[in-house]
Amino acid sequence: MSDLLTFHFDVDGDDFTSAGQASVQIKKNLRQLGIAPDTIRRVSIAMYEGEINMVIHAGGGEADVTVSETYIEIVLKDQGPGIANIEQAMQEGFSTAPDAIRSLGFGAGMGLPNMKRYTDYMNIESEVGVGTTITMRVNI
Amino acid sequence: MKISTMKELLNAEVVCGEEDIDRNVFSACGSDMMSDVLAFVKDQAVLLTGLVNSQVIRTAEMMDMICIVFVRAKLPTPEMIELAKESGIVLLTTKTRMYDACGILYSNGLVGNKLKS
Repeated sequence: MSDLLTFHFDVDGDDFTSAGQASVQIKKNLRQLGIAPDTIRRVSIAMYEGEINMVIHAGGGEADVTVSETYIEIVLKDQGPGIANIEQAMQEGFSTAPDAIRSLGFGAGMGLPNMKRYTDYMNIESEVGVGTTITMRVNI
Repeated sequence: MKISTMKELLNAEVVCGEEDIDRNVFSACGSDMMSDVLAFVKDQAVLLTGLVNSQVIRTAEMMDMICIVFVRAKLPTPEMIELAKESGIVLLTTKTRMYDACGILYSNGLVGNKLKS
């Protein structure tokens, strides 16, 4: 079995209420594939945080998930404002989210650290004014 | 602890998922910050929160939680109830405040999770 399974989602940036739909769908898909529950949880939490970030900061974007025999890869791509200082953004508690987002339960500066925490590999490519692409992998 | 016991202890009402209130839960967490909830995965089955929006349900779903208790008499929206039903999550609402609700459940044996250092 060398075929890679891929899933593509457009993440709507206008609607905070619907943010997370792609992650819910991925969770269902991975369950159907018989992936271990712990792995599914790590993938879906990391993707969920990423999705929320895209909605809060970047006006939405695209999510692509690839399932191989040895890992699950999530690529989140947006054309948002970009991250000026990635090192700073990775610090727990650092956030540029507006207060309105905090009142919704996010923007505590935990999103990116959580994504790193739950994945085996994470890479952030970002250019201010151009956008951000985050690649994460969870080993199976 | 059974969800039905939590309901009694907190004098709570079942918003949806009545058919699952005999399920057992072994640990819980209380927070209004969803990112904090997402940061500490163990096997918490219950989320106590005063926050009301769809992301509360999605966060619980991501964490494989089976019950959400809304404290301070908060009521979930119809949209949230629909999401919870789809995910098989029991929703309770209680007038008890967060600190008291957590204390009542904890002192009756429903613990949190010890932080790994």
